Amino acid sequence: VSNGYLFVQEQTLRFLPLFHILISGKGLIMTKSAQLAPTLLSQMDEEIDTRKINNSFLRDHNYATEADIISTVEFNPTGELLATGDKGGRVVVFQREQESKNQPHRRGEYNVYSTFQSHEPEFDYLKSLEIEEKINKIRWLPQQNAAYFLLSTNDKTVKLWKISERDKRPEGYNLKDEEGRIRDPATITALRVPVLQPMDLMVEATPRRVFSNAHTYHINSISVSNDYETYMSTDDLRINLWNLEITNQSFNIVDIKPANMEELTEVITAAEFHPNQCNTFIYSSSKGSIRLCDMRASALCDNHSKFFEEPEDPSNRSFFSEIISSISDVKFSHSGRYLMTRDYLTVKVWDLNMESKPLETYQVHDYLRSKLCSLYENDCIFDKFECVWNGSDSVIMTGSYNNFFRMFDRNTKRDVTLEASRENSKPRAILKPRKVCVGGKRRKDEISVDSLDFSKKILHTAWHPSENIIAVAATNNLYIFQDKVN
Amino acid sequence: MFPKGTKRKFSDSGDEPAAGGEDVNQPSSVAVRMLSSYSLQRQSLLDMSLIKLQLCHMLVEPNLCRSVLIANTVRQIQEEMTQDGTWQIMTQALSAANAAAQCSADRLVATEVLCRQTEATQGEQVLKPFPAVGSEGCPAEEEVVVEGEGGVTMSTVSPQAPTSYLPGTFGMDPCWEEENGEDEEEDEDSEECGSGSEEGDSDRLVEDSRTAEQVFGTFEIKNPAPSPDPALEELFSDVDASYYDLDTVLTGMQSAPKMGPYDLLESLSSHGPSPLSSSTSCRSDLNELDHIMEIIVGS
Repeated sequence: VSNGYLFVQEQTLRFLPLFHILISGKGLIMTKSAQLAPTLLSQMDEEIDTRKINNSFLRDHNYATEADIISTVEFNPTGELLATGDKGGRVVVFQREQESKNQPHRRGEYNVYSTFQSHEPEFDYLKSLEIEEKINKIRWLPQQNAAYFLLSTNDKTVKLWKISERDKRPEGYNLKDEEGRIRDPATITALRVPVLQPMDLMVEATPRRVFSNAHTYHINSISVSNDYETYMSTDDLRINLWNLEITNQSFNIVDIKPANMEELTEVITAAEFHPNQCNTFIYSSSKGSIRLCDMRASALCDNHSKFFEEPEDPSNRSFFSEIISSISDVKFSHSGRYLMTRDYLTVKVWDLNMESKPLETYQVHDYLRSKLCSLYENDCIFDKFECVWNGSDSVIMTGSYNNFFRMFDRNTKRDVTLEASRENSKPRAILKPRKVCVGGKRRKDEISVDSLDFSKKILHTAWHPSENIIAVAATNNLYIFQDKVN
Repeated sequence: MFPKGTKRKFSDSGDEPAAGGEDVNQPSSVAVRMLSSYSLQRQSLLDMSLIKLQLCHMLVEPNLCRSVLIANTVRQIQEEMTQDGTWQIMTQALSAANAAAQCSADRLVATEVLCRQTEATQGEQVLKPFPAVGSEGCPAEEEVVVEGEGGVTMSTVSPQAPTSYLPGTFGMDPCWEEENGEDEEEDEDSEECGSGSEEGDSDRLVEDSRTAEQVFGTFEIKNPAPSPDPALEELFSDVDASYYDLDTVLTGMQSAPKMGPYDLLESLSSHGPSPLSSSTSCRSDLNELDHIMEIIVGS
């Protein structure tokens, strides 16, 4: 039984921003090659305030460099590591600091562990098009040895990266001298056995597999199967199944491309494997439906086993109904009993055993319903928000505009709106709940709908697998918050 | 607050019973205004959607999900307009304009927008801009703006429709043009603005359409399909290739969110929080139109 949800105590969510990292790419040490230069920032003086660290190491801009915009955030299965991908094709991995009795206040801070360029921009000569290097998704593999593995993908190519530490190096080669130059064999008079000597810790990232040329359309999801041998990659019209060891072959398991592209009315928006059953997966569509498929049924899973869709409310029908029903993210609960979907205005929790309607529906920002036309015009209505479960599946979180993000407690039915912004987050300060005023008199601390900044959107968030630590990506800034511990 | 209910169809305007409790004469004119407002809204939504489909990034493949959703919206509007009978009107006007085109038959006309001014008694200004087609082979230089019946504008000029979500553009001129600057003039302007909307709409509409022409006169649009119905089908005839054959960039436009006239959108999307309107009278008009918009388009 968990008692870690402090936000139940006081009707407001209490979160301490542990620290606020600015990722403006150029400030971090990174190389273009896979071989990595050490980027550990943890070797800093403990007394330094994190703000000063940010200013000295990282460029502090008010505008976001396009390449620095964070496009995905993901904790690894233990929560020890946190990976972010950005529009420039880079991956930055943070590692949680070991707790020490000397500095209890720095419990659980995340420091940069590894940085590497995962994808480069490419050019499709056949179509005369650029292929963006933006990292769409990162998924960690469960750890099986000392190294860490993650899958990262852009629109077309998935890569398996190995992140490993090196703290020893061999010394005493016979054929090479200390600088690595080849020795003339004639000068060697004795043999010795090379010895491993300790060296400064170096974290290397190497690409171990490149899975390419399997997707005509843009990849939006990757998901690792429970068998830890296979994973699937999903684009707008197809889902492919890969073996992690084999890169020259993949199996197509879902294909919704119509014979005549003119008849295309629906695309796949997200997909995920069941956390416990390696044969089961779900995928969501732009029409607001979710299909659950069983790979044991047939090789091509075009026929679903279950079909989840909520009937449309006729009183809410408008020209935008379909667009706002398009599901932008779908996630199984950790237990595997529920699934959660995010559409433009709501988050819904579904019971796998009930296809007719969701179990719970949460309004994220219903005040936007009257602004749909404007949001259609400025394309905000197509923003793809993600959603996440906490470790115990009792709280769900998703982002909104104006750097707001929302949490919903499924048990108490309480919800809270918080803001991820530098002005409002000082280290050790408690996040104040925010409120949007929808009409009538605006109270002092409230924000009116018309004042919301739609360019500041929180699309990507992540929740630690077992603790109440959350990572929130706001454009090019990553915020890590933790619940207050008494 | 207007009562919600099923949407009244354009063709039913004459048959609708009066809203309960009101004078018999009044509801019909309100109804007509609401309906014409609705059809203008719908028309502008259609135009907006078509623009979105064409304004694709030339370097990177467009987002297929977004394109599909917009195309479905266009299809939905088209179906509804077909039921109304307004679709036939548009296609007839389109083919009439095609006949006057300067390009050869197999290379269809590039840009034309139709603007018709209906009688003031109908209480509506029907502007039916419909971007016609340029085939893929038609080079940019051959794009011709053809004068339709009543002049040429690019997109729907509806002072009512846009101002509910696009203040800062045409229409409501004194009110909105002054909005960015002079606070002293605001009260005066807002009075004008407020009273203007109560008077005969037709006068203002005529006036506004001319303003809109000035604003939009230079826009050109090229649509990859030859005629309205196949336009939707052929949007996806070869989704991987079709967009990249388009070689137009709209004058003064780089991408949809940055459209010049849509000042509100700029403030919404890029430049930080800024209030939508600064004068209370204009705000009340805006709210009134918002109400209409809410009912018609769905709250």
